[in-house]
Amino acid sequence: MKRIGLTGDEAIAYAAKQCDVDVVSAYPITPQTIIVEKYSEYVANGEVDTEFINVESEHSALSACIGASLTGARVFTATASQGLALMHELLYIASSLRCPIVMGIANRSLSAPLNIHGDHSDMMGSRDCGWIQIFAENAQEAYDWTIQAFRLSEDPEVLLPSSVNIDGFIISHSMEGVEVLEDEAVRAFLPPRSGACAVDPRRPSTIGPVALPDYYFEFKRQQAEVMKRVPVALERVCREFNRISGRRYGKFQSYGMDGARTAIICMGSAAGTARHVAKALRGKGERVGVVKLWLYRPFPVDELVRELEGLRSVVVMDRAISFGAPFGPLCSDLIGTIHGKLPKLKVLNAIYGLGGRDITEKDVEGLYREGLRMAEAKAPMVRVKYVGVRE
Amino acid sequence: MSALKEKLGWRKVPPGGTISEAGSSALYKTGAWRSFKPVIDKAKCTKCLICWIYCPDMAVKRVNDGVEIDYEYCKGCGICAAECPVKAIRMEEE
Repeated sequence: MKRIGLTGDEAIAYAAKQCDVDVVSAYPITPQTIIVEKYSEYVANGEVDTEFINVESEHSALSACIGASLTGARVFTATASQGLALMHELLYIASSLRCPIVMGIANRSLSAPLNIHGDHSDMMGSRDCGWIQIFAENAQEAYDWTIQAFRLSEDPEVLLPSSVNIDGFIISHSMEGVEVLEDEAVRAFLPPRSGACAVDPRRPSTIGPVALPDYYFEFKRQQAEVMKRVPVALERVCREFNRISGRRYGKFQSYGMDGARTAIICMGSAAGTARHVAKALRGKGERVGVVKLWLYRPFPVDELVRELEGLRSVVVMDRAISFGAPFGPLCSDLIGTIHGKLPKLKVLNAIYGLGGRDITEKDVEGLYREGLRMAEAKAPMVRVKYVGVRE
Repeated sequence: MSALKEKLGWRKVPPGGTISEAGSSALYKTGAWRSFKPVIDKAKCTKCLICWIYCPDMAVKRVNDGVEIDYEYCKGCGICAAECPVKAIRMEEE
């Protein structure tokens, strides 16, 4: 194992390179990521044996990925923001056809106004697309999750696409020290994709046929059930990855939850700030913790209920707005999760950081203070607030 | 293909909706979509096979003495009637 300097984008590209990807298809224009830019360098330098398909749009990029995946190839792509939005209809097709594609996403805002900076609006806009959705906090996690995502997606019990999400610019363009595995270790962890491929001239079949009202529902119901297999497979993958890396992943990671009265739940880079502030506050005797969610889809319902059991209040941080909805997307999931199970748990939904707006230690400390105030008896059960926006 | 006949439940439908046998569209009879049906006037028909070439659904069948419409699949689009050079096909309301 060696430690090298990589941005979040480069960390994902480096991981994909070690994963011996057969096909990459991408549309190289803003808002793309350095992920495929870096990967195309590997291809040009002959460092990988990958078919790199340049296409005319993200719509075509994911279409090409789906076709390649159906032939049994290991397929990778990356995008961001508008690019993911343009992929929207193909996202559903990739998951419905059970293509274990892995995609790196540098999460960025959606137009208008035009803005290229980080928030979770892109992935949240496609959160119901049937993909496994993982959020990494930093470049190390981005690297580790990319490798694990291939194993998870290609698990015969799963066969679903995965997205590995990193906060645009904050993680995608920041360089950090990343411990990378030896090529051989990754190869042993991730053997070539096995199993039958859908496209095989010796066994003619119909892929993506029409299914009208008499059949469509059964296919969707089955797809909902397949999602339920992901948590078990994920545990298996994370346990084995721990063996080769010494790093242990799972559905989420907790800090300071022992005896906590309130906790922040968040995804991505904000978790680092939350942990830093929680540590300082705990040093002063405040009972605050952090739950950083790695696995957003499928949402780890039962595990989160157990994790939050002792809390009086929870602060759910959403880096996206669900227009017209009562809460941000993560908070809606959380409230659905605790309903009827943790009836006394109060919820503060903090919507923050849109379009790359910085979230500061002071902001986070304010949220903890407010979370602690909400834990008092008279405070309301639920509140929504916007953090860091000018009135 | 058996899925089409048996109305399988969600546990048994094939993953990804992939139909593992070829030619399953033949099982899907589309004749009921029709509101007008093409009728061939055998006396006028010159057996030129223009209708056979133009039918987008292969519902015009070649038979020994010319052509016949396969009403199990014909959707009644009327292309055959429009293309027939001797106006030997008329569209009748179902």
